[in-house]
Amino acid sequence: MSEILQKVELAPKIYEMVVEAPRIASKALPGQFVVVMADERGERIPLTIADFDPRQGTLTMVLMVVGASSLKLSKLEVGDALHALIGPLGKPSEIEPFGTVVMVAGGVGTAPIYPIARAFYESGSRVIAIQGARSEELLFWTDRLASVSHEHIVTTDDGTAGRKGLVTEPLKELLEQDCEKTIQCVYAIGPAIMMKFCSLTTRPFGVKTIVSLNSVMIDGTGMCGGCRVDVGGQTRFTCIDGPEFDGHLVDWDLLMSRQKIYHEQEACSLERMMQELTR
Amino acid sequence: MNDKPSKMKRAKKPRVAMPEQTPEVRSRNFDEVPLGYSAEQAQAEAERCLQCKKPFCLEGCPVNVDIPGFIELIVEGEFAEAARKIKETNCLPAVCGRVCPQESQCESLCVLGKKWEPVAIGRLERFVADYEREHDLIELPDKAASTGKRVAVVGSGPAGLTVAGDLILVGHEVTIFEAFHKPGGVLMYGIPEFRLPKAIVEKEVDYLCRLGVRLELNQVIGKSITIDELLDEEGYDAVFVGVGAGLPYFMGVPGENLGGVYSASEYLTRSNLMRAYAFPEYDTPLVHGRTVCVIGGGNVAMDSARTARRLGAENVYIVYRRSRAELPARAEEVHHAEEEGIVFKLLSSPVEYLGDERGMVRQIRCQEMELGEPDDSGRRRPVPKEGAEFTVDTDLVIVAIGSGANPLLTQTTKGLGLNRRGYIVADDDTGRTSRQGVWAGGDIVTGSATVILAMGAGKAAAKDMHDCLCGERRSSARMETLQQPSLRSPVRDAT
Repeated sequence: MSEILQKVELAPKIYEMVVEAPRIASKALPGQFVVVMADERGERIPLTIADFDPRQGTLTMVLMVVGASSLKLSKLEVGDALHALIGPLGKPSEIEPFGTVVMVAGGVGTAPIYPIARAFYESGSRVIAIQGARSEELLFWTDRLASVSHEHIVTTDDGTAGRKGLVTEPLKELLEQDCEKTIQCVYAIGPAIMMKFCSLTTRPFGVKTIVSLNSVMIDGTGMCGGCRVDVGGQTRFTCIDGPEFDGHLVDWDLLMSRQKIYHEQEACSLERMMQELTR
Repeated sequence: MNDKPSKMKRAKKPRVAMPEQTPEVRSRNFDEVPLGYSAEQAQAEAERCLQCKKPFCLEGCPVNVDIPGFIELIVEGEFAEAARKIKETNCLPAVCGRVCPQESQCESLCVLGKKWEPVAIGRLERFVADYEREHDLIELPDKAASTGKRVAVVGSGPAGLTVAGDLILVGHEVTIFEAFHKPGGVLMYGIPEFRLPKAIVEKEVDYLCRLGVRLELNQVIGKSITIDELLDEEGYDAVFVGVGAGLPYFMGVPGENLGGVYSASEYLTRSNLMRAYAFPEYDTPLVHGRTVCVIGGGNVAMDSARTARRLGAENVYIVYRRSRAELPARAEEVHHAEEEGIVFKLLSSPVEYLGDERGMVRQIRCQEMELGEPDDSGRRRPVPKEGAEFTVDTDLVIVAIGSGANPLLTQTTKGLGLNRRGYIVADDDTGRTSRQGVWAGGDIVTGSATVILAMGAGKAAAKDMHDCLCGERRSSARMETLQQPSLRSPVRDAT
């Protein structure tokens, strides 16, 4: 079960993994996530579904190495099996044929945004994709995203590819130029800080903005409440009420402080694992 | 009749105490607190039983264990036989011997208790189950011939395991679906190691697997597969839903989302299931506190407080809004907690949590309460004492005020009647729901309760499922009355 069929290093510390998961693949919808465990002692971590193929019975995930658990996962090779793979979890994206949707992907956010963009593209919406990364070497799936969008804008912080700057800049310009109000929805997926600033950018324009939150969670089924977030003054669970929420209503500072609860332990864990690997 | 006087003499003897780790030692380890009876101790205690002709203790057992029967076998030294006697009606004796509230069930009805101390039925149950397991004497009972019927059990907690254990013996094919990566439900993620060693739960589950029960882990029914699909596409003839309550309550007071404020479910799941107490050998971290406040007064609150103590907390407080008399936890748990130095701040309720610049909890502001008129539960309602507040510095808060109904499964199942709080409406005697072919029991029907009540519900459902599967009763007959979901539901309401 959950055997890794394919593993590609997309960029430094970013891996694409295709795993065997027929049941999940047959059920998965854009916007949903899975919970994975690398081994018996591993943490349960949520990963957004980057792609799925019901006919092949496969699921694609993109993983960025940020801590011990993602490092451990990245060390699994083709033929290895995940200790646990649970899903699909969370509510799927609501795909309606909006006039124009802007899909903003920051960093590894490209992976979860791709199936959503594809679904909108297939629904008949006009899709404008903005894909940002720190620099060219960290960009991946540009062709894939371009293939499901009518317009594809690339930005890098250092200007090594596409336009130099942050994703919020072209986003703002698109909204300013949109005199006829054809842009009915903006999706922003990436690091919390990037989603926060995308939401701040769209707010003055009053355009619906959907974000996909990456809270810390254990079960992914509503049992622990570790993933709670404040949305519009109400406590919501990312795992069962989300992961997608109205970006204008999310308490970003709370989300970011809750993402850092285990900062010290994670550093200790990572250091320990690095030592084990170099031994 | 000759031995009657001597029997009475034995009965008057005090209960045989069970040796346990001293509080100083045990509050620094996760090993089990009570150490269990020796064979001699068990026999001495068993001899206190009067072997009543009309045993009242039986009436207090939700799963009808033949209590005098198994105790008599202990007197005779037939320990493994005694365990098998229990297993005729209870597939989890090692668990029940540890976590059942015997003092309010079988033992509360023991005639000896009227004048002296009741027979220590729970300790004896634990002894024989441990004896059978530790001496490798577990034998598989005979199974009935295959009926060709397939049953899906959703959730591998006490209710689900009981259903599986009963139905596999009568010849059905049983598959248990579990959302976590380990089976056992609350026995695994909720109850701590020092109260219920996980190796014992694993062994009890293993027993069911050896009987032929299939386990499918990592399957979230309602997401990975729906109940409709189990019945319509995957060929199951009946489904039992025993998923537990599984949606932690919070109080909704300011600051409750600060870092270091956990639901008891999360705190205990991290520690028990994910073994965060062994971090960094295990990867899951946990916030540690020097001063810990646990909100609530039930068994889960005691488990959380005692876990925090073992993880090194210097000061652990139980903050409970009513008085000592209303504490819902078992007396034994309260006693153990107090022995371990846990301090009870009674008639107190948090009104706000205050944090530091990193968003971690640092202080809790509490309101003092007093008891007013009785509420719906019959207990006196706590009311705020005006102007009486206090603060406690704290670096970890565990909210243990109960759980509500998890919507994942119930929302994706067509025709499943729910009450207004989202629990499944099921018949008390049979576990039947409004949906044909679907039975339910345990916390997802009653709200948070005990392991043994869930097992009792599983037992009742298993019997009715078996009758229906074998065509002895038509399941549709009483289904119609169940369409009105107010029928004997714990909360009176309709969907």
